[in-house]
Amino acid sequence: MDSEVSTRVSVKGYIRLPKGSQPPSLYEPYRATIKRAPLKPLIILPHTLSEITGPIFGHEKVREKDNDLTSQHAGEPIGERIIVHGRVLDSNGRPIPNALIEIWQANSAGRYRHIKEQHPAPLDPNFSGAGRTLTDERGAYRFITIKPGSYPWLNHYNAWRPEHIHFSVFGMAFLTRLVTQMYFPGDPLFTYDPIFQSIPDEKARQRLISKFDLENTQPDWARAYKFDIVLRGPEATPFES
Amino acid sequence: MRADTDLVPTPSQTVGPYFRIELTTQEHCVKCVPGPQAKGERMWITFRVLDGNRAPVNDAMLEIWQADANGKYKHPDDLQPKQLDPGWIGFGRIATGEDGSCVLETIRPGPVGNGAPQAPHLTVAVFARGLLKQLYTRVYFAGEAANDKDPVLQLIPPERRDTLLARPDPARPGYWLFDVILQGDRETVFFDV
Ligand SMILES: [Fe+2]
Repeated sequence: MDSEVSTRVSVKGYIRLPKGSQPPSLYEPYRATIKRAPLKPLIILPHTLSEITGPIFGHEKVREKDNDLTSQHAGEPIGERIIVHGRVLDSNGRPIPNALIEIWQANSAGRYRHIKEQHPAPLDPNFSGAGRTLTDERGAYRFITIKPGSYPWLNHYNAWRPEHIHFSVFGMAFLTRLVTQMYFPGDPLFTYDPIFQSIPDEKARQRLISKFDLENTQPDWARAYKFDIVLRGPEATPFES
Repeated sequence: MRADTDLVPTPSQTVGPYFRIELTTQEHCVKCVPGPQAKGERMWITFRVLDGNRAPVNDAMLEIWQADANGKYKHPDDLQPKQLDPGWIGFGRIATGEDGSCVLETIRPGPVGNGAPQAPHLTVAVFARGLLKQLYTRVYFAGEAANDKDPVLQLIPPERRDTLLARPDPARPGYWLFDVILQGDRETVFFDV
């Protein structure tokens, strides 16, 4: 079967995701999956050129201050100033340089600056809640922002999301594309959050929780949280056609 | 340098309902995949995303990745001995509107690969509230002779293959229609990559 997909010229495949490390399509406690999850089996696709290539996107759109969400307006946003930093690595432990990371989040009151947002918490005129950056040659990135507030949602009675920042990452291939959410350590809402709980594997789930980082905390200015992101890496042995 | 091996990849989480404040702002969406100057048959694809009740999904985001008119990708791992169209982009990113649809401008890509090439196709990643991870699918073009020999279409049960075929819009020349049906009888084929 593999040899029939004969499009590879000399390129490599990527590792398959370990079982349980990713959420399933259908996870009933997260109600929006019920009518949106595909129910037929996915077709297993050997990796072709179309999957192992991917966009090297958005680099010209990143401006110098785009990684500082506290400096986009005339005044400072309200809330706890934090540094969020880490590295983007592949599953072989190799850094991924020059990767585009985009983030978006609620303000410190738990409100998004979005037209359909209905939570009756105040908007902050000094906070848009969106930023972007590129990783350096070590795969490292850094944002300055405000700790987002928790917010209620309609999934079930008295449902509140744990505090989180949405992350979007472009790696080397279209199949390593990752959209995820970063959480904060010790959040009491983890137990009740079906989005967080949808990941079966405990070790994988822990990957989504940033670590408080005293070493990089700046005295009298901002606490730091470390969040490393691991994308799928190439298979160990490149295969030839 | 630390030699970590076998790190567990970071799990996906849903893009949620509020991605528009970053991912598809005026500045960050890409509605014209090839760039304005690219060679090839220019076309517009109207995507429509529907859920298991056939209700429009008005908060989905589509990302598109495709080769140029010669079947060459803009990427260092594409080692095919082909010239890349200068100025080629090959990436699109767009959010659906209230009716679950969105229109993307592109060109018909060339076949990819040597020997038994893949028929012209676009790779599509679908993101939405309610999708805990993105779904991958492909757009092929109805009437394309190479479809019969396409190695990926051959992996799909014959009765489901046509869910991946874009069809010409009878109302508008140059326009094609492609429905992404997330669930149900006519569910679109999605791939485990
Ligand atoms: Fe959110």
